Formats: sequence, C-alpha cells, structure tokens
Amino acid sequence: MRTFVYFVICVLSVSVFHNAFAQPLTSAELISRAAQYDGKVVVYEGEIIGDLMVRQEYAWLNINDGSNAIGIWVGKNKVQDIIYTGSYKSKGDLLEITGIFHRACSEHGGDLDIHAQAIKKIAVGKVAIEQLNLGKRNLALSLLGGLCLVLILQLFKKPLKKK
Amino acid sequence: MFGANLKKMILRPRLEDIKVIGYYLGKIIIALGLIMAVPILFGLTQAEISPVLDFFIGMEITLIIGLILTKACATEKDLNWMQGMIVVSLSWLVATALGAIPLYLSGHWNSYLDACFDAMSGFATTGLALVQDLDHLSLTHNLWRHLIMFIGGQGIVIVALSFFVKGASGAFKMYVGEARDERILPNVIHTSRFIWLVSIVYLILGTVALGIIGISLGMKPFNALFHGACIFMAAFDTGGFAPQSQNILYYHSLAFEIVTIVIMILGSLNFKLHYCLWTGKRREIFKNIETRTLFITILITFFITALGLTQINIYPRAITLFRKGFYQLISGHSGTGFQTIYAIQFNNEWSHLAMVGVICAMALGGAVCSTTGAIKMLRIGIIFKALIEDVKKIILPERAVIIQKFHHIKGIFLEDKQVRSALLITLAYLILYGLGSCVGMFFGYPFLNALFESTSAAANVGLSCGVTAASMPAALKYTYIIQMWAGRLEFMSIFTLIGFFIAAIKGK
Repeated sequence: MRTFVYFVICVLSVSVFHNAFAQPLTSAELISRAAQYDGKVVVYEGEIIGDLMVRQEYAWLNINDGSNAIGIWVGKNKVQDIIYTGSYKSKGDLLEITGIFHRACSEHGGDLDIHAQAIKKIAVGKVAIEQLNLGKRNLALSLLGGLCLVLILQLFKKPLKKK
Repeated sequence: MFGANLKKMILRPRLEDIKVIGYYLGKIIIALGLIMAVPILFGLTQAEISPVLDFFIGMEITLIIGLILTKACATEKDLNWMQGMIVVSLSWLVATALGAIPLYLSGHWNSYLDACFDAMSGFATTGLALVQDLDHLSLTHNLWRHLIMFIGGQGIVIVALSFFVKGASGAFKMYVGEARDERILPNVIHTSRFIWLVSIVYLILGTVALGIIGISLGMKPFNALFHGACIFMAAFDTGGFAPQSQNILYYHSLAFEIVTIVIMILGSLNFKLHYCLWTGKRREIFKNIETRTLFITILITFFITALGLTQINIYPRAITLFRKGFYQLISGHSGTGFQTIYAIQFNNEWSHLAMVGVICAMALGGAVCSTTGAIKMLRIGIIFKALIEDVKKIILPERAVIIQKFHHIKGIFLEDKQVRSALLITLAYLILYGLGSCVGMFFGYPFLNALFESTSAAANVGLSCGVTAASMPAALKYTYIIQMWAGRLEFMSIFTLIGFFIAAIKGK
C-alpha cells in the first residue's frame, strides 16, 4: 500500500512538473532564468525572423517573441511548411516550439538554444506592404526647393581675395 | 595673481577663427551629406521607398547646412592647431546629430536622443544600440548603421581629408585631432588615402569570405553577401553592430566566429603595421611593441576570464570555453563588441572574476592609429618599459647608465616625455571609466555592471551586460554619448573645444 502511495505521489509530481512548462515561456524568462529551465522541455512561441538555415539533416531557425530571438535547432523535415520569415518586407510565420532548452548547449558551442521536438504553425506570415508617408514626401520636396535655392546662391559666390 | 595673469593671456576667439572653423566644418558636413547617397542608391535597388525618403530628407538637411556654412564662412585661410582641433570635435557632434535624422525617421528608435545615441555609437565604432525591432529594420537603414561605423573607424575627417581638403598643413592638424598622430606616408592626405585603400581591399576580401561562409550556412546568397559586408564593416572598424538582434549568435557557426576573430584582430592593428605587411616587412609584426603587448595582454586577460568561467563551470568543454569565453574577450579587447551571448548572461551566468577579465580587456584596447578605442597597446607597452627602467635604476649601481629602447616600426629610445604622455592619456581614460561608473551607480545599477557598461562606452567597445536599453535614464544616455565621443577622440580636441568656449566667455 505504501509503495502504491509513493508511486501515485511520484506520478502526480512528474505530471505537475511537466505541466509547469506547458504554457509558452517568454524569451526574457528563458534567458534570465536559464539555469532553472536548463535541460527541461519548454514551449516557446514567436515569429521566425531572418534566414531559415538548413544544415544537412537539420536547420537553424531564429524565433523572436518581441523581446529577443532564440535559436531553434530542428530536423529539416519539420520546417517544410514555413512560408514567410520576418524581415523589413515580410512578417514571418508565427510558430510554437516544443523542445529541450539548453542554457549553454554543449553540442553547439555553448549557445543558448532550444532543440525542437515539435513545431506548430500558429499563424501564417504575410508580405508587408510599404505605404508612402505623405508628410515625409512633402517635407522632402520642400527641402529640395530649399537646397536648390542654396545651390543657386552658391553660383553668385564672390571670388575671394588672396591675402 | 597667477589666475589674473592667466586671464590676461587668454584671448577671445576672433571672427576669423569662427569663419575658418565654420568653413571646414561645412566641408565635412557636405561630405557626410554626399555619403548619404550610398544608402539612397542601395535603397532604390531594393525598392525600399520609405527608407529612401528618410535618407533623402537627411541628405537635403545635411547639404543645406553644409552649403550655408561654407558660403557664410568662405575663407582661403588654412587651419591653425586650435581651429583644427575644434573642427574635429565639433564635426563628430554635428555628424551624430545629422546622421541620426534618417535613423529617427524610420520609426525604429523611440526618440531622437536614442537615434543620436546609436549614431554616435556607430561613428565612434562603439556598438551599443537602442534600436527597436532590429529584425524588421530595412536593409537601407541597416547599411547606414554599418556604413557610419566604416566612416567613423577611418575617421570622419579622413573622408574629408581624402577628397575635399587641399591644404596639407591644415589637414594634418585635423588628422591629429582625430586621435591619429602617426603619419604612414610623408603626406597626410596620401596617408588618408592609404588607410582607405587598405580598408577597401579588406572590405572586398572580408565580404566575399563571410558571404561564402553565410551561403554554406544556409543563408540566401544576397542575404549572405549583405550580412558579410555589414559584419566586415563592423568587425574591421571594431564597431560591433550587426544586422540582426542576436548579433553574432544569429549565425550559430564556429567558422563565422573564427573569421570575425581574424577581422577583429586585423582591425585592432596599427595602420602603419598594415603598411609594413603590405610592403613585405613581415618581421615587423613580431618585433613591434604593440603586437607583443597585445599578445601578452590577451593571454593575461583570457587567463582571468577563463579562471572566472571555470570557477562556475558553465562551459566545461574547451570548444565552448573558446566560443564563449575567448570570443567575448577578443571582441572586448579589440574594441569590437560582437556578442555570442545575450547581454543579461554576463550578469546571470558569468562570475564576477570573468567579467573583470573582460572589463580589463576592454579598458586596454588595441593599437594606436587603428580603429580601436581605449588606452591602447603602445601606451601600455611604454608604461611597462618605464616601469622596468625604474626597477633597473633601483637594482643596478647608481653610476650605471640605463637606456631603455622599444621597437615601433623602428628602434626608439624611451624618453620621459613619451612616458608622461602615455601616463596622462591612461589617467584620462581611467577617470572617464570611473566617472561613467559613478553616473551608472547614481541611477541604481550595481558597481560591476556600471563599470562594465561605462568602460564599454568610453573604450568604444559595445559589449553590454544589460544596462544599455531604451528604458535607461536620459542622463545616462547623454553620459554614454559623451564618453563615446571623448574616448574616440582621445581627449585633446575636446579639451581644446572646452578651452575655446572658456576663452569666448572670459578672454580679452
């Protein structure tokens, strides 16, 4: 009976412990409390930014949650449905990463990273449409007029007398 | 009595002084405006219309100010020492204010002060940044961030010297004012052009090398080359900006880190040494007091850092100790400021001893007449030689004649005036580091963090332990801007500017 009670307590504690990180963590929490999460399974979500860097059978993604970007090491077969990556011209796909967090990954030269076990696409990114700011355009045109005026005045510069 | 005599001796600046200063300042401003054509042309190729407009506005304002100054202050007089120094110190402030305009217009900086902070950080090749959402910043603005490092690294005035200034005498005064008191070639304008030649050749080689690595890492070819060019400019000019918010951690690559280490070290060498290497005098690198001192100080500071990291055993493997410990150390020592760890990790993960090792490395810097800031290796070498000389004087018989020599391009006898000059500049830097730390502590930051960030700003490094943020007090932002400015110009031209203002108020 005592063994059974211990077993139940153990199962409950593991389950509680496991669920403690089931909610997505922010990059600020992961970086500032790295020792606490080291080697644990974490859930992290954010926008994929920059390049999707395929390295043989794996790939590096960098996921930014608005505060910081964290590197994600993942099998390349899991990144095939990523369409957009974040840059000036596009908003990247929003991804949820479940994986093992490393405070100083021994496999990757001490990087703080996550080795992804699963990737879920939460939202598809989009192309960012650039809108011309009319205020800026008008300011640029006014200044161009001013610059032309100054240049015309330069033409009437008196030759300097050499002393 | 003495004070009264001194007051009589101070002469109020004449209108002619102001005209000469205004004229040369105007020329430098025009040069800066014309450089803004580079991001405009690049932005047009990338169809980034809004960023192009930001630079167009910036360029127009800059050119209007420059042209009005040269017109209003038109003169054919050459610069004297005082005027040359003032032109230099003012040109860095004006370049910061004008270079920040396109940055601020992008909307990625919370305030104009933040944009000025990043502009000064760029021009002074520091690398501390307050930019927001860097990962979505346009390529045009990103190019400008790195280009101002490239211009600042060579020297803003060097740009003007190379292309706009005719008189060699005035040119030399501005060249010295920009903390470059060594002439590589007999003519200072030829020296400026040689510095540009070296930088452009390395830029092409470095961009290609980093671009190829980037492609092999899985980056798109255009991105790889663009990042290669930006990272090269930041590494060779010991700046520290990077196109992505993760800095060098973005690339997750040992090869990339090794190549950037090589470029950072090249950037921290004296341009005179580059000239020797280019002209086949390769043995100079082993004999030069600066390279020897650099080698020794790297060993000592790395020993301290490694000891600190081993204490807490955060990087148990040699490769991780190299990629994290040695990389941040070289980045700090060369004055670059590239990071492969997050700023807050210095605080949370590194021991105090490891941080002290990096602070010492940052405080020492690279070679004189290079793109690095801080005390610099020639001064450290000279002080060490003087110390040895003094010890010998104590140990050896009184009648013994002690002559101390050092090798810096040629054999030089150690003289008291060299030692005094080295000690004065070293003292000025130590005071600057200390004052910045006091301001940081006044705003509630712990001593070590305040010292780390202050040293990083004043030595134009750019490593951060988390103090530098858009949310930090405005007074601290001003403090770091002044530290970056004073540290880059090595005080003399700034002291002259202060003297000029005192003379304007109190002079006869």
